This record gives sequence, structure tokens and C-alpha cells, in this order.
Amino acid sequence: MLLIECPWCGPRAETEFSYGGEAGIERPADPYALSDAEWADYLFFRSNPRGAHRELWNHAQGCRRWFGVERDTVSYRIEKSYRLGSAGSGRPAAAQIEASEEKRR
Amino acid sequence: MKRYSGLALLRNALDYNRNWPPAWRSPEPKKSYDAIIVGGGGHGLATAYYLAREHGFGNVAVLEKGWIGGGNTGRNTSIVRSNYLWTEASLLYEKSLKLWEGLSRELNYNVMFSQRGVYNLGHSLQDMRDIERRVNANRLNGIDAEVLGPAEIQKAIPCINTSPGARYPILGASLQRRGGVARHDAVAWGFARAADALGVDIIERCEVTSIEVRAGRAVGVATTRGAIAADRIGVVVAGNAGVLAGMAGLRLPIESHPLQAFVSEPIRPVLDTVVMSGAVHGYISQSDKGELVVGAGIDAYNGYGQRGSFPVIEHAMQAIIELFPAFSRVRMLRMWGGIVDICPDACPIVSKTPVEGLYFNCGWGTGGFKATPGSGWVFAHTLANDRPHDLNAPFSLDRFASGALIDEHGAAAVAH
Repeated sequence: MLLIECPWCGPRAETEFSYGGEAGIERPADPYALSDAEWADYLFFRSNPRGAHRELWNHAQGCRRWFGVERDTVSYRIEKSYRLGSAGSGRPAAAQIEASEEKRR
Repeated sequence: MKRYSGLALLRNALDYNRNWPPAWRSPEPKKSYDAIIVGGGGHGLATAYYLAREHGFGNVAVLEKGWIGGGNTGRNTSIVRSNYLWTEASLLYEKSLKLWEGLSRELNYNVMFSQRGVYNLGHSLQDMRDIERRVNANRLNGIDAEVLGPAEIQKAIPCINTSPGARYPILGASLQRRGGVARHDAVAWGFARAADALGVDIIERCEVTSIEVRAGRAVGVATTRGAIAADRIGVVVAGNAGVLAGMAGLRLPIESHPLQAFVSEPIRPVLDTVVMSGAVHGYISQSDKGELVVGAGIDAYNGYGQRGSFPVIEHAMQAIIELFPAFSRVRMLRMWGGIVDICPDACPIVSKTPVEGLYFNCGWGTGGFKATPGSGWVFAHTLANDRPHDLNAPFSLDRFASGALIDEHGAAAVAH
């Protein structure tokens, strides 16, 4: 079982979290400008690396907030977890989710 | 190839079984081949066999980084069925099931295919509606399928709990009588031996480290045992498909996840069929040795580590105990994980790629074992003719851009 560090609540068991897939996938600003292949790439194609992977997790049974995790997909070792939009997340999509969460609050 | 037969058994018994030849050679890789298959699992070996057998390819190699059948072929729960919802998928899996039915004879190797039936349980009104829809779709496609009620299920499977007071009561099931199980290792070994007899070089401990692409055309691979040139390269590596695609500069709509299964200590015969439940998330059969073979769902996170998390095992075990309360006292013996290549529509990709001469067969996800012979058969056709067979044409890589997805999440159930 993974021990995941929620940036707000601290280390908790994997069963408290739900997985959100690859981080940093930005929704195209103007979907109508894309070709079918580009839209397919956004919707379905993933980097699926063997090694370091940036991914989203949600602390579903805790604070219910999304955050980012950098994890190795072979050893499953978690290198770090970070608040979205914080220094170090460095991904525009992360900032977007943060912004939309902000709006909802 | 020395044919296996009752007479051969007798003759070799007289020699104290000292004179059996190896089932396949272990050749050194040649400098070039007409076709290379990357991945020595069941699908890759079947591809090589049908390339040689159906399409007359005499110069074919199968490159395997570990040993034959040591990946997902040896890590599944060996269930075979063809009761999928959509016509495209059910025809593909039905082709495979038909090949299974003649496979032991075709390969002169006992793959222990046992058509003991497969039950897919329904636990809610919506489950039953979906089951009836799928059974009707199957019958329209000429695939045997029937809907059973709780009393019939209880009669066929005495140890199952169909009581209406159960937390998730069993309201009915679909049954495919021609479905069943096969011996996973035997399928790999049988295809390897038969392919080898047709001149296919099976090269183990040979990992592909890069794919050479010149002017949009794949011309060969670099391996841990030297460079090998080839006119056609077929990649059938399941969980590692994305890694191989990356070597040719391609991206795939696939993510790799751990899928776990486990077996119990051997017990006396208690379950003579296969029971699956998508709603409570578990599936079970009993092997000829007497072990209960239980499969779980995938771990949610991406992984290549050939192991998953304990809560997933616990979840599958809860489902099995819910269905079979008596099994709560059976001890589990061992567990394992395989890495499955999950596609967004739960259907495979058996396809040409934007790189000439490079073909991918992947995305079988949690249900590849049942497709072993059919997958090899259509992939061999695709490689040999440089275009897909009618059966696998809908399973192209292009479908993600065209939108012609084949959504089999329902029939794929918990894992399939």
C-alpha cells in the first residue's frame, strides 16, 4: 500500500485517496481550432512513462482537495507531493485546476 | 518436431524419458529477418506461428527480453469467453474462441482448454437489463449465450450464495457454455513449439533497446544481443507497449496498470465453472490442481512494477466471500501482479502505425488471455498483407481521432 503525503493533511494511507491520472494536461484554450488528431491527443493519449511520473491525487476521504505527486512507476516510490499551482508544480494545468477550485470556494 | 502421442509416451517411458527432444531450439539471432515479433508471450508466439503457417513466412524471429510466457501469459486467470457487447469486439473474440476449440489438435499440444462455462452475475435491476441486452446482442451475432435466474444458478453452483438477504443479492446471470479456462503456460509452450517446427527462431533473453526508423520506415531493432534488421516489425508487449512506441517516436492512448490475482491452497473439487461479477468486483474458478484462482480489478494508479496494493486484493477477496461464504476459511497461497495496457475504450489496438513496416498489437488490458490465438491470427494477417483483416480493421490506432471507439467497459466488467 502506498503512503501518500497530502500537502494539507500529512501522510495518509492510499485508501483515503483517489487517483486522477497524469498531471499537467492542459485543456486547449480553443478546442475548435484543433485537428481531430490534436483533440484525440488531448483526450486519450498519455505519456505513460516507465519511471518518473507526475500525477494528480484527490484526498477523497480527507480534505477532498486535489494535489500533485511525483512518483516512480517502477519502484512506486513517491519522490514528492505538492500543492497545485505552488512553486515546483510548474504546470499550467495545475494552476488552472487551482484557479477553478478557488472560484468554487 | 517429434509428435506427441500416446505411442510416443509409451516409447519414451521405455527409455525412462531420457530421450525427449527440447520443445524448441535456442538459436543465436541472425543478422536479418523478414519479420520480427517483439514479445514472446502468447500473443507474440501465436503471431509468429500464424505468419509461418498461414502466410508462408519462413524467416521470422520472436524476441523476448525474459523467458517465454514469463509476463502476462503466466500471470492471468486463464478465462476464455467471447460474450462481448459490440459486434466488432464479439466477432474478434469469437474468432479466437473458435481457434481455441481446435487448438490442442492444431498445435499437437494439450492446452487443457476446458469449456466449463462462464457466468457473469447480475446484482441489480440495471445489471440484469445490461445482461439481457448483451445476451441478445451475442445471439444476434451467432454466439451462444443465455440468461439464468437465481434458482438455476443455485442448482448449477451449489456453493454460491443466492439468498435474497445477501448484501448484494444475485438476481441472475448470463452464461456462455462454450467459455471456460485453458492452461496458460501450455498455450505459450504449444505455440512456441509449433512455431519453432515451422522455422521460427525464438530468441529469449533478448531485449529490444531501440527501434531504427529511416525515412519514416522501421528497418530494424537494436537488442541486448546485437542489431537485427527486419522488413516488418510487430510489437506485442502488453504493459510495455508505450515504452516500445516511444522508441519509434510514437504516442499511444494507453496507460499501464498493475492487475493482481491470487490462488488458494488446493482443495477438493467445489467449483466446476467460472463465476465473474462486475458489480462486486471479483472472478473465480478452480484449477485442475484444486486451487481457487481469484482475480482482482486493476490498481487505479499507473505502474510497471508487476505488483499492486493490498487493498485491491482485500476488495476482491471480500467480493468472493460475499458470493461464496464457505470460502472464507480457505487460505490463500500466493499472489502476483501483471502489467496491463489499458485503452480508453477497453478494446485492443491491432494496427498499422504512422511508421511504415511497424505494427502494434496492444491495449488488450485486463482481457488478453482469451484472445491469444485470435490476436495472433489477425496480427499475422496484418503484418503479412500490410493491411488489417476485416476482423481487426475496427481496432486501428486511427479510431481515437475518428471517434469510432468500441466501448466495451460493460462487457469487460471488473477485468476480463
